[in-house]
Amino acid sequence: MPNPWPKPEVDGDSRPFWEGLHQGELRIQRCEDCGRHIFYPRSICPHCFSDRVRWVLATGRGRIYSYTVVHRAQGPFAEEAPYVVAIVELEEGVRMMSRIVGPREEVAIEKPVRVVFTRVDDELILPFFEVLKEG
Amino acid sequence: MKSERVAAIVGVAESDLGETPGKTVLQLQAQAAKAALEDAGLTKDDVDAVFTAGNWAWSPPMMLAEYLGIRPRFTDGTNIGGSSFEAHVGHAVAGLRAGLFDVALVTYGSTQRSDRSRRRPPASPQLTAQFELPYGLPTPVGAYALAAMRHMHQYGTTSEQLAEIAVATRKWAMLNEKAMMREPITIEDVLRSRWIAEPLHLLDCCLVTDGGGAVVIASARKAPLAAKRPVWVLGHGETHTHNTIVNMPDLTVTGARESGRRAFEMAGVTHDELDVVEIYDSFTITVLLTLEALGFCKPGEGGAFVSGQRTAPGGDFPMNTNGGGLSYCHPGMYGIFLLIEAVRQLRGECGPRQVPGARLALVHGTGGVLSSTATVILGRD
Repeated sequence: MPNPWPKPEVDGDSRPFWEGLHQGELRIQRCEDCGRHIFYPRSICPHCFSDRVRWVLATGRGRIYSYTVVHRAQGPFAEEAPYVVAIVELEEGVRMMSRIVGPREEVAIEKPVRVVFTRVDDELILPFFEVLKEG
Repeated sequence: MKSERVAAIVGVAESDLGETPGKTVLQLQAQAAKAALEDAGLTKDDVDAVFTAGNWAWSPPMMLAEYLGIRPRFTDGTNIGGSSFEAHVGHAVAGLRAGLFDVALVTYGSTQRSDRSRRRPPASPQLTAQFELPYGLPTPVGAYALAAMRHMHQYGTTSEQLAEIAVATRKWAMLNEKAMMREPITIEDVLRSRWIAEPLHLLDCCLVTDGGGAVVIASARKAPLAAKRPVWVLGHGETHTHNTIVNMPDLTVTGARESGRRAFEMAGVTHDELDVVEIYDSFTITVLLTLEALGFCKPGEGGAFVSGQRTAPGGDFPMNTNGGGLSYCHPGMYGIFLLIEAVRQLRGECGPRQVPGARLALVHGTGGVLSSTATVILGRD
């Protein structure tokens, strides 16, 4: 039996994020006071310490800030390797960890990407990204 | 060396290293603690402060102190990963400055290598980890790979330059009979070793070993009573900039910029006065980023800095003289071994790998995924 994909333990900070994925929405937060975007979600703004944070929709576009091709993976991921894990910087200025799907040779730092909502098993949808054709 | 004399390291020791089947983390720490106190010429009853870091108990300092039969008047179980022990030195100096205790025992032990036969349950994706663990980044190597890839993109750093560090470190290990890996390697060997997480190869990565260590720190009042020349703590600094790698503000700049600056300022020494440096080498990229952040070279110049085997025996920048985490030992949180080696270098105890006349050393720990840094500057009179 294959190892199960690690399931996020949904909590009071993260519920809207995980629920949004099931509706094809990439939800992040924005601080009502300083105006900056926030990811991962939390109850207080790490920039100005305001507790007036609200959920907003991200455009789902960004660029690759860095990436690695994982060759030696652990646990449930062992049989998937090699695969690309990246830090994506969204247009809103926040970064998130993700996977880059699609042809390996297109993956490079600074390449524009867009979100692809990817069902990885019966329960879990993850926001992966694909490289956008430029021009 | 302008700083005042508050605290000195007076005893250091390792436990058995490498593979220690059947040993527990408590046995390894007891063995190292006993040897370090003997090295110091002090006894268990002199110890009135206990410092340790680990995740092998609900409260590692309480379990360890009980096991050793110590009732400390000061305890610090700060765990910020591999740099914890450099941070402990700083905290011990603060406690000694405040007159809260006289002799601190700092220990570490791990049976990481032997434990591999037992399967660890996967970490649970809860709290902030739920935004990273589902993507399958191997930890910690994947995070360091992300930093290396970014540094290469931004500055043109090459795999050959990273390999220079692994090769030079192996040359030091060949001079250390306690080192696990003592066969010479070449830059080609590093580049031909298998990918772990691009751009890092197997030989860019530290070892996985068992082992323990202990360091005894004494007040200025107590230090002269020790058996060997005191090695003074001249400066220290620490910080942490993030927890998970996505939240590192700039993947090419570590907290060493802050912890190092504070340590240099406190010690009142300059870079070119240092005789030997011991820099945490969890991965080759860790060293390169640290050298830049500490100000030994400018951002982006780390690759050029380490080229030409500059950090190897005989080079003009002796670094990681015990063979490092890359080739000597690496039982999970390696920082305590950096301190042990620096003290031995400053005492002139290092035999074939001795840096002649070493008087001033810099020790720099990095913990987590480039998350925490702690810098210590040591010197002898």
